[in-house]
Amino acid sequence: MKEFALIFRLKDMADFKPSPEQMQERMNWLAGIAAQNQLVDKGNTLLPVPGSAKTVKPDNVVTDGPYTEIKEFISGYIVIKADTIDKAVAIAKENPIFKIGGNIEVREVLKRD
Amino acid sequence: MTAVLCRHFGLKHIEIAEDMASDTFLKASEHWALHGVPENPTAWLYTVAKNKTKDYFKNISAFETKIRNPINLEETQDEQHFEYSPEIIADSQLAMIFAVCNPANSNQSQICLALQILCGFSVEELANAFLSKPETIKKRLQRARTNLRNDNFQIKKLTGIDIKSRVDVVLKTLYLLFNEGYFSKTNHKQVRIELCSEATRLAVLLTENPLTNTAQVNALLALMCFQSSRLAARTNDRNEAVLFEEQDRNLWDQSLIQRGNYYLINATNADEISKYHLEAGISYWHTTSTDKKKWRNILKLYNQLILIEYSPVTALNRTFAFAKVYGNRKAVVEAEKLKLTDNHYYHALLGYLYSETEIPKAIENFETALKLTKSKTEKQTLKKKIKRLIE
Repeated sequence: MKEFALIFRLKDMADFKPSPEQMQERMNWLAGIAAQNQLVDKGNTLLPVPGSAKTVKPDNVVTDGPYTEIKEFISGYIVIKADTIDKAVAIAKENPIFKIGGNIEVREVLKRD
Repeated sequence: MTAVLCRHFGLKHIEIAEDMASDTFLKASEHWALHGVPENPTAWLYTVAKNKTKDYFKNISAFETKIRNPINLEETQDEQHFEYSPEIIADSQLAMIFAVCNPANSNQSQICLALQILCGFSVEELANAFLSKPETIKKRLQRARTNLRNDNFQIKKLTGIDIKSRVDVVLKTLYLLFNEGYFSKTNHKQVRIELCSEATRLAVLLTENPLTNTAQVNALLALMCFQSSRLAARTNDRNEAVLFEEQDRNLWDQSLIQRGNYYLINATNADEISKYHLEAGISYWHTTSTDKKKWRNILKLYNQLILIEYSPVTALNRTFAFAKVYGNRKAVVEAEKLKLTDNHYYHALLGYLYSETEIPKAIENFETALKLTKSKTEKQTLKKKIKRLIE
């Protein structure tokens, strides 16, 4: 089986803090992957808020957060295993993130021995 | 008694300790038959064992020390300090638990060994409990004992380091021991209850020593109490399994539920959440009957549990909880993703989920489950379900 990183992106900072129902939906989705024994790493949520996000650039330039310059920001990631990228995409499609205008990038993990 | 004796002889010489313990009991049965049971039978037994040990050490010094290497003195205790106080008995048993739960042995062997050494089960009783032949059990025990000796785990006062390195294995063994009883293959109710209560007894022992009285141990014990509270209700007079939803709640043991609550509260002292915490939490919610939030909470706990450790059983139970919250239609979709096609519980679950909507599919799944299961009680339950759907 191949491994794929699913990278979550959101557009609106207001969506970052989920309601209890949204949280339950997300957990159901994540646990559903684990229940199929296809979860490699439950990953992490990445805080985009001031004080928790900085971008380091050449020439000693450090800016606050990712959110000042780009329209969308990465909110988290997980790693799953699947036979093909299409199957990984099928899993991603069931995530509730699309209800709030987010998106998911699916990327195969290159395994170095 | 074997545990206390091993403290003196070292684990390598467990056979000597066992012989001595059984000699002691033999002497007791002869003596008590003639003279009646003494006032304090425990003290009597241990005095006899003590004398036997002294004799043994005398013999050793008379013959073996000069000819062969004596029993390694580092591992053994001086006979002068030979004592049988309740603390020593508890300590020795505790140390023995840690010695027996050795990762060098398979789970099954660890359970067998624990039952034999710590709980005094005979080979026949073990064979009965595991539905195997006595010879198979004997071989398994022999191999396990060899591994124990080779591993050279020293049985003495436990230190923090010993405990840290082994506690996970110990808890897992006790957990498996309990499950062996709770979900036993044998139909023998008494055997099942005995396995469960032995596992619980050993877990209680762990909570009585400050070194091993951890949050995880308390969580495991809470789980055992909650589960045990339903033992009487799980089978009927004819030894048939009674499904959770059909159980007579008056048969649930309220005092055990309260014990469970007590240990569960103790278990929340630390920040860590182990799988035992989650399972105890699920089992706790099962003891409540009417709470509306019940299944929502159970599903949440299963969601966390499956993230900690995948197992087909957890995946299936989680789907059942999902059905209780979101309905059978949505749960069918979740269930079919699991693709555990050679698992009879999987088909039994699908059968249950289809029962309201697509009866032919429900029957088909129940029939597949019937073909896959080896358990008699489950076959009976499945046949009843099929019959009900056909009518």
